[in-house]
Amino acid sequence: MSAAIELRGITKVFGTIVANDDVNLTVNRGEILSILGENGSGKTTLMNMIAGIYFPDKGQIFIDGKEVCIRSPKDAFDYKIGMIHQHFKLVDVFTATENIVLGLEDGERFNLKKAAEKVRQISSRYGFEIDPDKKIYEMSVSEKQTVEIIKVLYRGADILILDEPTAVLTPQETQKLFAVLRKMRQGGKSIIIITHKLHEVLALSDRVSVLCKGKYIGTVTTKDTNESELTEMMVGKKVMLNIERSMPKDPQVRLEVHGLDCHDREGVKVLDNVNFTARSGEILGIAGIAGSGQRELLEAIAGLQHITDGEILYHDPKSDAIENLRDKTPMQIRELGVRLSFVPEDRLGMGLVGNMDITDNMMLRSYRRGKGAFLHRKAPRDLAETIIEQLEVVTPGVTTPVRNLSGGNVQKVLVGREIAAAPTVLMAAYPVRGLDINSSYMIYNLLNEQKEKGVAVIFVGEDLDVLIELCDRILVIGSGQVTGLVDGRTATKEEIGFLMTKSVHREEETANENA
Amino acid sequence: MKMREPLFHIAKRRRMDFWKAWLIRIVAVLFALVVSGLVSYLLTKTNPIEIYQTMWKGSFKNARYIWNLAQGIAILLCVSLAVTPAFKMRFWNIGAEGQALIGGLVAATCMLKLEGAMPSWLLILVMLCGSMLAGAIWGLVPAVFKAKWGTNETLFTLMMNYIAIQIVSYFTYIWAVPAGSGKIGIINQKSQIGWLPALFGQKYLINILVVLAVTVIIFVYLKYSKHGYELSVVGESENTARYIGINVKKVIIRTMILSGALCGLAGFLLVAGTDHTIDSNTVAGRGFTAIMVSWLAKFNPFSMILTSLLIVFLQRGAGQVATDMGLNESFSDIITGIIIFFIIGCEFFINYQIKRTGRREESK
Amino acid sequence: MFAAFLQRAIMQGIPLLYGSTGEIITEKSGNLNLGIPGIMYVGGISGVIGAFFYEHFSPAMNPFLAVLIPFLCSLVGSLLMGLIYSFLTVTLRANQNVTGLALTTFGVGIGNFFGGSLTRLVQSEVPSVSLPKTSAFFKTSLPFAKNLGVIGDIFFSHGFMVYLAILIALVAAYILKRTRVGLHLRAVGESPATADADGINVSRYKYLATCIGSMIAGLGGLYYVVDYVGVWSNDGFGDRGWLAIALVIFAVWRPNSAVLGSLLFGGLYIVHNYITGFGVAAQELFKMTPYVVTILVLIITSIREKRESQPPQSLGLSYFREER
Repeated sequence: MSAAIELRGITKVFGTIVANDDVNLTVNRGEILSILGENGSGKTTLMNMIAGIYFPDKGQIFIDGKEVCIRSPKDAFDYKIGMIHQHFKLVDVFTATENIVLGLEDGERFNLKKAAEKVRQISSRYGFEIDPDKKIYEMSVSEKQTVEIIKVLYRGADILILDEPTAVLTPQETQKLFAVLRKMRQGGKSIIIITHKLHEVLALSDRVSVLCKGKYIGTVTTKDTNESELTEMMVGKKVMLNIERSMPKDPQVRLEVHGLDCHDREGVKVLDNVNFTARSGEILGIAGIAGSGQRELLEAIAGLQHITDGEILYHDPKSDAIENLRDKTPMQIRELGVRLSFVPEDRLGMGLVGNMDITDNMMLRSYRRGKGAFLHRKAPRDLAETIIEQLEVVTPGVTTPVRNLSGGNVQKVLVGREIAAAPTVLMAAYPVRGLDINSSYMIYNLLNEQKEKGVAVIFVGEDLDVLIELCDRILVIGSGQVTGLVDGRTATKEEIGFLMTKSVHREEETANENA
Repeated sequence: MKMREPLFHIAKRRRMDFWKAWLIRIVAVLFALVVSGLVSYLLTKTNPIEIYQTMWKGSFKNARYIWNLAQGIAILLCVSLAVTPAFKMRFWNIGAEGQALIGGLVAATCMLKLEGAMPSWLLILVMLCGSMLAGAIWGLVPAVFKAKWGTNETLFTLMMNYIAIQIVSYFTYIWAVPAGSGKIGIINQKSQIGWLPALFGQKYLINILVVLAVTVIIFVYLKYSKHGYELSVVGESENTARYIGINVKKVIIRTMILSGALCGLAGFLLVAGTDHTIDSNTVAGRGFTAIMVSWLAKFNPFSMILTSLLIVFLQRGAGQVATDMGLNESFSDIITGIIIFFIIGCEFFINYQIKRTGRREESK
Repeated sequence: MFAAFLQRAIMQGIPLLYGSTGEIITEKSGNLNLGIPGIMYVGGISGVIGAFFYEHFSPAMNPFLAVLIPFLCSLVGSLLMGLIYSFLTVTLRANQNVTGLALTTFGVGIGNFFGGSLTRLVQSEVPSVSLPKTSAFFKTSLPFAKNLGVIGDIFFSHGFMVYLAILIALVAAYILKRTRVGLHLRAVGESPATADADGINVSRYKYLATCIGSMIAGLGGLYYVVDYVGVWSNDGFGDRGWLAIALVIFAVWRPNSAVLGSLLFGGLYIVHNYITGFGVAAQELFKMTPYVVTILVLIITSIREKRESQPPQSLGLSYFREER
């Protein structure tokens, strides 16, 4: 019997970045295959090619042994392939059923009642809990995910691809999802699940395929493997950064976070009792699976996120005064004389204004300075010129809109500006995401320089190699909780990788006990 | 397996040279002129060259025509400048018509009711302040609801226009001279109290100078003031505005007060400096035309002088064609419409490019 | 007198109902067409032109053709307007507000220009074009209406276009709510990216909704001229186009609610004629009430944040599928 789906030599290049390099993969009927890899290892790109969103530059795709050509999501549906994306594509004011049948031209009379009935059938067959008449905007994240899965099943998909389905779920919801997926496997469906959580891989899948930095590493049978082997395959060879990491000089507490709780707009707890301190002359790394609360943590400190509980204490280096930053707006924080710089994850959506030129972007933080109602552009222009020169920003000039710069240059402008504010605390969220190697190194060196100047640096990263090479201490976050604090000089990737998924383990156990 | 991709696909342009963008716009205007010439020809069977000559005459026949042209530009420009800060903030203020009208109403009311109560110069000052205040209030109301509850400002400001129009209609009946005529008529015709005086013998000169000053002020405000900077950040990205600690609600409200006040100023100029009366058609759709003027000029106050010139020129020109060739006045609206269609359509070619899809190798 | 009032209110409301049904369909696709007032002028004048030439060049008028010709002319005229709007905003992704307002200038200009030309052609004493014969055909009511007394006067004394308006509104409501096409159309207006991912042709839906909406709105202009007043006079249609847009909000984007809303708006528009003790001036304030009511509805719906009564989420935005 031929495989349900087989990929041979798939390659996809975006600009200069090779997202997938000669990847081979097979999935059989009635099997759950995990695709394992770190962030940026090319898992999602690969699956998008099966789902018809991208078209491979090279390579072949076979379904039931026959070569196929998938050019659009509709083609993928015709081959009974359905993908559940990380960002749900649903119409908020529609009911579950309306979303499920959207775009479907099955030639039958349009009948929502009948469709709802079919949705109920599918739900009971696989054990979903869903109200077909509920509106999407009234639903929790996990319900929305359920709608997406049923949508795919309703269209008769035999091959299901789930892109990090557990990232947004609570441990209990994850357990439910897994039960459903197992039932589907029994029903003969092929399931591909993208994840970077090792324990989930071991608990759920039959086989595991590992990708690392766009390359296909290999496939192993789950029952013949273990966490450490998978970790080794996933993280690949150690990369040397050659950053001279000095010992922190005279570290003093700059920022203290106590018992921080945050909820997102849907009321889901995204930060749960977070405690840590950041010290001057030190880089504090923050490691964790994407979406574990890193963004919310930094935004809470910067005054952009509503805090439900806890406090954030800032120790002023000059006056030794302690200020509580909780419930303060970014304006108020600045007025207190707190020198806090923040390089946000969303560079052009938050840190910079794409349509403004470099000079005007330099002013974003400082435009209020100076007397009178008018702007003073001289200083920002000088700063722009300095940054362009020192950080080797490739641009036609200071009047070029930053939108027209390449990713690395955009980031240099942003980081340059934040450093120029002479911060006492510098926070950077994924500062090298999407950057080429040279730009990345420049950013690392900049962070290191700041540390040597006595700044307390907080660095949220995704590449564990870099975190271990660069940071003095590494705080590990899992599902919004602190799961460990390790020394950057002695920690291993395996240790951090384990901590990244630890909290989920713990809660699962309590959940099981309660059951 | 057959290729099923379309032959062309559209992509956003990263940038376009300044001169190229203007070349496209000029070509669009030329196209528009050809099409309007063609339309005129079909309707009048007159040689298009002659039509253009007549259009030219409509604006530049003699000194009086040129003054009228400048006056027309000034008022339209004033309203266009007024809506610009709001547009830059991505706040769709299409209520300029109402904001200007209510400002004009206050000016007219002052002229009627305060005649003789104070010297003319003081009255003019009171009228000016009153008009700007009224316009500001008319702009403030939708802004508050937008800032607080996100109420759709396009529809809100649109409705506010008609409330203003009906209020003005109401008062034109109340104060009609003679009673029952439904027209207020020229106010203070004899005493000329509350009229903007003629300067160097030119009755429109003050209007023109005021609007010129406003043009410079708005240019400086948008480009060099902290307020102007804040409102462009809010317009570009509310997230960024929050990130750097701008109070978004405050900026929305402040900007709309400014926008409304300037519309009120336009109403004042119309009543005190031009018509010396008011009716529900005093603003004559300039509140809507201004939106196009501002948009076509890419929100640059000095370019707006050109775009309002273009529009006023067309309207007067078409008006002249209508009188000379026995068509009716509405001919100018048709021509204006055609020109605007071309100019807004051409922006597509500035912002996007059409690429031929490269044929990929077929997989076997 | 109340019966007469109700009858007039219905007749005043019908042009608004056509306009708002058309605009609702358009807005449901995410296109905020502020060109509706212009389109209604064009719909009116196109019908008038058709009727005018048929009336003047055909000695014996066939009742069927007398209705059909203006009707088709009106549809074609407003279809062309809808095509201009769709081409600019959907294909060329021009700003919807600017395009719409330009379309209104253009449309009102067309209406008044050709209206003026026709007026000159007939060389009548008053500046208007009257179409007595065509209008008589359009006004033909059901034969039994006269025997039904007051009820007949109010509900059955109208020409067919009144019932057509209600029928179109109800059918539109049904299609939007109960059919696949309606579901897809609403998805396009709410979240074009989702619709696109589900294989719905976003541009096609936007084009169709806008053009069909324009044609329906144009009929409002036609009804006003050939049935309600029976005379074209320049600017005679007034601000009813904007009132139709107000009615869209008042009806919270539901054509079936617009049926009742149009009656209310129509009533508010003429109520001053039926209340004694107010001067001419006060009627202007009465005419203001529909707008005030609309603003109140707009405010209340935004404060209540009920998702179903919000404007379509992507209203006013062009859709462009970003490619990596």
